[in-house]
Amino acid sequence: MASLKDLRNRIASVKATQKITKAMQMVAAAKLRRAQSAAEAARPYSQRMDVVMANIATAVGDSEGAPKLLAGTGSDKVHLLVVATAERGLCGGFNSSIARLAQKKARELMAAGKEVKILCVGKKGADVLRSEFDSIMMPIVDLREVKQVGYANAHDIAKQVLTMFDKEEFDVATLFYSEFQSVISQIPTAQQIIPPQIADVEGEADTAATLYDYEPDENEILADLLPRNVAVQIFRALLENAASEQGARMSAMDNATRNAGEMIDKLTQTFNRQRQAQITTELIEIIAGAEAL
Amino acid sequence: MADGFTFELVSPETLLLSGEADLVTVPGAEGDMGIMSNHAPLMTSLRPGMVSVNMKEGGEQSFFVRGGFADISPAGVTILAEFAVSKADLTKEVFEEQKRLAQDEVDASADSDDEDKKANARSFLDQLNHLEPTLLPA
Repeated sequence: MASLKDLRNRIASVKATQKITKAMQMVAAAKLRRAQSAAEAARPYSQRMDVVMANIATAVGDSEGAPKLLAGTGSDKVHLLVVATAERGLCGGFNSSIARLAQKKARELMAAGKEVKILCVGKKGADVLRSEFDSIMMPIVDLREVKQVGYANAHDIAKQVLTMFDKEEFDVATLFYSEFQSVISQIPTAQQIIPPQIADVEGEADTAATLYDYEPDENEILADLLPRNVAVQIFRALLENAASEQGARMSAMDNATRNAGEMIDKLTQTFNRQRQAQITTELIEIIAGAEAL
Repeated sequence: MADGFTFELVSPETLLLSGEADLVTVPGAEGDMGIMSNHAPLMTSLRPGMVSVNMKEGGEQSFFVRGGFADISPAGVTILAEFAVSKADLTKEVFEEQKRLAQDEVDASADSDDEDKKANARSFLDQLNHLEPTLLPA
């Protein structure tokens, strides 16, 4: 049985840990608020973008010579998986659930005889995937220095992806990230970004498509719009991820704080019981001594 | 006075302006255009330049935009700009940053064999240089 001193030390160390997890939870809560408002501010743009995409895609989509970025390369042999995770851990299942989804998808594709390439954004996902897919991983996109993800970050990633696409290094790109639902629920999501899946925008698309004038012309606008759409999708994913990461960390740290609290209660109880036992033993000794006289 | 229409200016990071407007002037790919209500549906890409808006309330406002589209539909005018900043916030540093980005683009396309891309990047930078004296009088 541990001595009283040992118990006292353990209680102190658990208390210190609890202070840290509590602080991390509060920091995550503050960051979450910021990340959430950034995600909300970005929403109008991507919504409008979806509408515009749907409009143009219906106008141009069926014609010959539609750009490859819209129609695809015509094959689906090589897949690029863009896996966006966090740069830091201690956020519950956040990183591993995204990585697991990507892992599953990669295995499926490989089993189907496709070639897979993986581009990791953020270190934590890469750490998980490296053990299995080291040979097909590309250099990690490092966002550790970035405090608040901006459109510029997404733009850079998009540029890298598009350059690869131009060189015909892959046919289909899928983006993995975690969609923010609430503090306790983040849903790992896979979204195909090249060729894009055009969302049905409440029938708005077909009424408008026939009437539109384009300046310069559809194809030129489309050529400009498609790469931008990739960047916007990535940006959205990064923002969702940022919010999800903080949400996940907040609930993970909340749990940790609670567990530490329980632990302290238990240890304190053991400590008290043992102290009483010791006192009782001492008393017995004294009384026994007095009786012997 | 003519009816107003809904005008929105959004950049990827935020919604800059939303409200009723009487007249919007945008730097379209093939020339500046003034848009009033009941304009024919039109979609145009934008050159870098100034967008000015006559709001129904609040008078005239102008913004510097770079890259993007104007979507003119019966429902209103939406400008999706890759980068937008109101004229008041446009400082020399911000502008220099934009020029640097444009220069990067030119450098990046220099060794590509896509002539269109090169020409686009070039004209982009030229426009920024052209805009500088009017936007930022020394």
